[in-house]
Amino acid sequence: MTNRFLRITFILAGLVLLFPVAGTAETPLPIIHEPEGEGVKCVEPEEVMRRDHMNFILHQRDKTMHEGIRTSKYSLAECIDCHVQPDEKGNIASVDTEEHFCNGCHEYAAVTIDCFECHADRPQKFIDRGGKSASLQEEMHQMLTANEGMGGELK
Amino acid sequence: MSDSVNHSRRSFLEKSAAVGAITIAPGILLHQVANAKPDDQPVSDSVRWGMLINTNNCEQGCTDCIDACNTEHGLVGNDRPQSDTQYIRKVTLRDKMTGHELSLPLMCQHCETAPCVDVCPTGASFSRKDGIALVDKHICIGCRYCMMACPYKARSFVHEEVNNQTLSAPRGKGTVESCTLCVHRVDKGEIPACVEACGKGMHDAMMFGDLNDPNSAISKELEKHGGKQIRADLQLNTAVRYQGL
Amino acid sequence: MKKIEYTAIEGNSLAYYGLLAGLGLVMLIGLLAVWYMEHNGHYVTGMTNQIVWGMPHVFAVFLIVAASGALNVASIASVFRKEDYEPLARLSGLLAIALLAGGLVVLLLDLGRPDRLIIAMTYYNFKSIFAWNIILYTGFFAIVGVYIWFMMDHNMYRFKKQAGLAAFVWRLILTTGTGSIFGFLVARSAYDAALMAPMFIIMSFSFGLAIFLLVLMASYNWTGRELGDEVVSRLRNLLGVFVAAVLYFVIVYHLTNLYITEHHGVEKFILMEGGQFTKVFWIGQIILGGLVPLALIYAPGVRNCRKTLALICTLIIIGGLSTMYTIIIGGQAYPIEIFPGYEVSSTFFDGVVNDYTPSIYEIALGVGGLAVSLVIVAFVIKVLPFLPTSLADNK
Repeated sequence: MTNRFLRITFILAGLVLLFPVAGTAETPLPIIHEPEGEGVKCVEPEEVMRRDHMNFILHQRDKTMHEGIRTSKYSLAECIDCHVQPDEKGNIASVDTEEHFCNGCHEYAAVTIDCFECHADRPQKFIDRGGKSASLQEEMHQMLTANEGMGGELK
Repeated sequence: MSDSVNHSRRSFLEKSAAVGAITIAPGILLHQVANAKPDDQPVSDSVRWGMLINTNNCEQGCTDCIDACNTEHGLVGNDRPQSDTQYIRKVTLRDKMTGHELSLPLMCQHCETAPCVDVCPTGASFSRKDGIALVDKHICIGCRYCMMACPYKARSFVHEEVNNQTLSAPRGKGTVESCTLCVHRVDKGEIPACVEACGKGMHDAMMFGDLNDPNSAISKELEKHGGKQIRADLQLNTAVRYQGL
Repeated sequence: MKKIEYTAIEGNSLAYYGLLAGLGLVMLIGLLAVWYMEHNGHYVTGMTNQIVWGMPHVFAVFLIVAASGALNVASIASVFRKEDYEPLARLSGLLAIALLAGGLVVLLLDLGRPDRLIIAMTYYNFKSIFAWNIILYTGFFAIVGVYIWFMMDHNMYRFKKQAGLAAFVWRLILTTGTGSIFGFLVARSAYDAALMAPMFIIMSFSFGLAIFLLVLMASYNWTGRELGDEVVSRLRNLLGVFVAAVLYFVIVYHLTNLYITEHHGVEKFILMEGGQFTKVFWIGQIILGGLVPLALIYAPGVRNCRKTLALICTLIIIGGLSTMYTIIIGGQAYPIEIFPGYEVSSTFFDGVVNDYTPSIYEIALGVGGLAVSLVIVAFVIKVLPFLPTSLADNK
C-alpha cells in the first residue's frame, strides 16, 4: 500500500467519524411527570435521588430478599405507586416506552435497567390480571363489616 | 315476609360456617395476624416455617391448592406443559406392591440442608434464616444447576418473556423459580395461598405454622401423629411433612 | 539434545483463508442461534423443566474435558521428563486453551441470563462446585498461558518444569471439578457417584489426545511439513491405553450400579429400555467410541496408516460426544425417584421418561463453540511459532 493510498484512507475515515457531530439535532430531554398532590415529595431530595437512587434500590433489594425487611421508604413498589400514574386519557405507559417514569430518563441517559424484566412496571391496581381472587381474610373482613341487617359483628 | 327472614338467616349461616371453617381448618387462625413480623425487623432463626400435609384427606381430582398458587403468583400457562412453570403440583401415587393409591401436593420442601442451595454458583439459591428456601432472582444467572440438584424437581425455569407480573411475585425470563412458601404473605402474618385455599374448600389436608414453636398447632399435630419427609433417606430435614405416606 | 526449531505457518494460501472463513461462518451461525434463543427465551429449544441441560452442555462439557486432556502431551514432556514429547508441548498448551475457550463460550451463551456474567465472577458460593469451576477455568487460562510463555521465552525456559507441574496439578483438579458437577448430585440415580470425577479424568486423556492427534496430523499435512512415524506411533499407542482405560471405568460404573438394587431402574433404562439413549450408549459410546478404535489401534497392517488413525480419532470424538449425551441427557431423561416403590404420575411429568429432541439452535451453538476452538488454533499457529518446522524421524 502506498503512502498516498494510506493518506486518503485516513482522511476518509476521519470524515466518516465526523458524521455523528455533523448533522445531529439535540436529543430531546426526558419528560418527567411530577406526582400529583399538594406537598407530595419523594422520599429523598431530588439531587440525592438523581445520584443515588440506584444504590437505595440495590441495598433495599438485598435487605428484603435475604432478611425480609419490607419497609416502604426505598421499596420499589412504593416508587412505582407514586411515580407511575395514568395520564389524562387514563393510559399507563409501559416501561418499554419513553413516557414511563423510569424509562424516560434511562433511555435519555442510555443506561439499561433490567428491573422490569421481573418486576411489575405499574401499581398493582392497574395490572390487568382478569379476575384475581381475594384472600379469604379479605373476604371475611368484607363479610363481617357489611351490616346487612344483622347488626353487630361475629367474633 | 319470609324472604327477608330467610335471606338474613342464610346470610348468618354462611358467615358462621365460614368463621367455623376458619377456626376448624387447621392453621388458619385469625390470631396469626398478631404474629406478623414488623416490616423493619430482619427474620430470625427462632422461627422455622413449615407445612404438614395429610394425604388421607387429599382428594385425587382436587386442584384447589394449585389454582390458588397460580392465581397468587400470576402463573399463566403458555400451552407448553413441558416448560411452563409449576410451583406446586398434585402427584398421584400407586404402591407397586399393594396397589394402594393416594394423592398429594408436591412443592419445594424447604430443606434445612437444601441441595439447591449447596450447588448455586452465585448464592442466588439460598435459605432464609426462618427456613424458607428462595431464589434471589437479582443474582440468578439461569444456569439451572439447582434444577439438576433438587431431589423433588421443585424448580422451574422461565422459558419465555413474562408480562403483567403480580406485585408480590416478580418473575422474569431466564431465571429459576419455585414455591416461596408465600413468603410475601408469611411476612405479613398470613398463611400460604395453597393452605388457605385448602382450608377454604374445607378439605382439611394442609396445615402451616412455626415448627420451632412447640405450642403451635402444627407442632402439636406432628408430635401426636407424626409426619414423614419425602426421601427421608436423604436426611435433608425438610420443612414440609406428610401424613399417610 | 538437538535444538528444535519452531516456526509459524505461512498461512497465505486460499485454502487457509477458506478454512478461517468457513470456521468464521460456523461461529456466526452459532451466534445467530444464541441471539434467537436469548431473545425468545429457552422455549424455542428442546430443553424444558424436565431436560434442563441439553445439547449445548453436551458440547461444552466435552470440550472442557478434552481441553484438560489436550494438555497431557505437554505434561508428559515437562512433568514426566519424556524428552521425545518436548516438541509437541507448545501445540498441546495452545490446544488446551483453545478447547477450553470454546467450551466455555458454549456454556456461558446458554445461560438464562448471560448478561450477568459479571455477577457470576463476583458473587461466589464456595460450597458450589460450579463456583469452584469458574475459578479453576479462568485459572487454567492463566496457568497454561504462563506455561506457554515459559516454553517460548529463553529467559524463562528454566522454570518450564515448575510451570508444567503447576499446570498438570491444576488440570487434574479442574477435571475432578467437572466430573463432580454430576458426582455431587444426590437427586438423580445416574449421578451421585464418586467415580464420576476419576472417570472424567480418564476420559479427558482419551478425548484430548484424539483431538490433539487430529489437529497435529491436519496441521502438518496441510502445511506440507514432515510428520514422522515415530511421533505418531508413540501417540497412537498412548491413545490405545487411554481408550482401554475409559472402557474399564465405564464397566466398573455400570457393574456397580447393576449390583445396587436402587439403581436397577436407571441401569435398565440406559442399557436396554431407553430408546435413543440405549442406542447412543451402545453404538456411540461403546462400539464406535471404544471397541472399534481399540480394534483399529491394535490391528496389524494398519499400524502406519494415517488415514486410519484419523478415522480412529474421529470415532473417539463421536464416542466422547455420545458419552456426554448419555450421561447428561440420559441421566435427566430417567425420572427422579421421588417416591421409591410407587408408580407416580403428575402434571409435571413425574414418573415418566422425559423426551428430548435437540433443536437446531442448540446444535448450532455447540458446533459454533467447536469452531471457536479451531479458529483459535488455526490463527495462533500463523501468528506465533508453535509448530516445530519438522517432526521427521531420527532427528
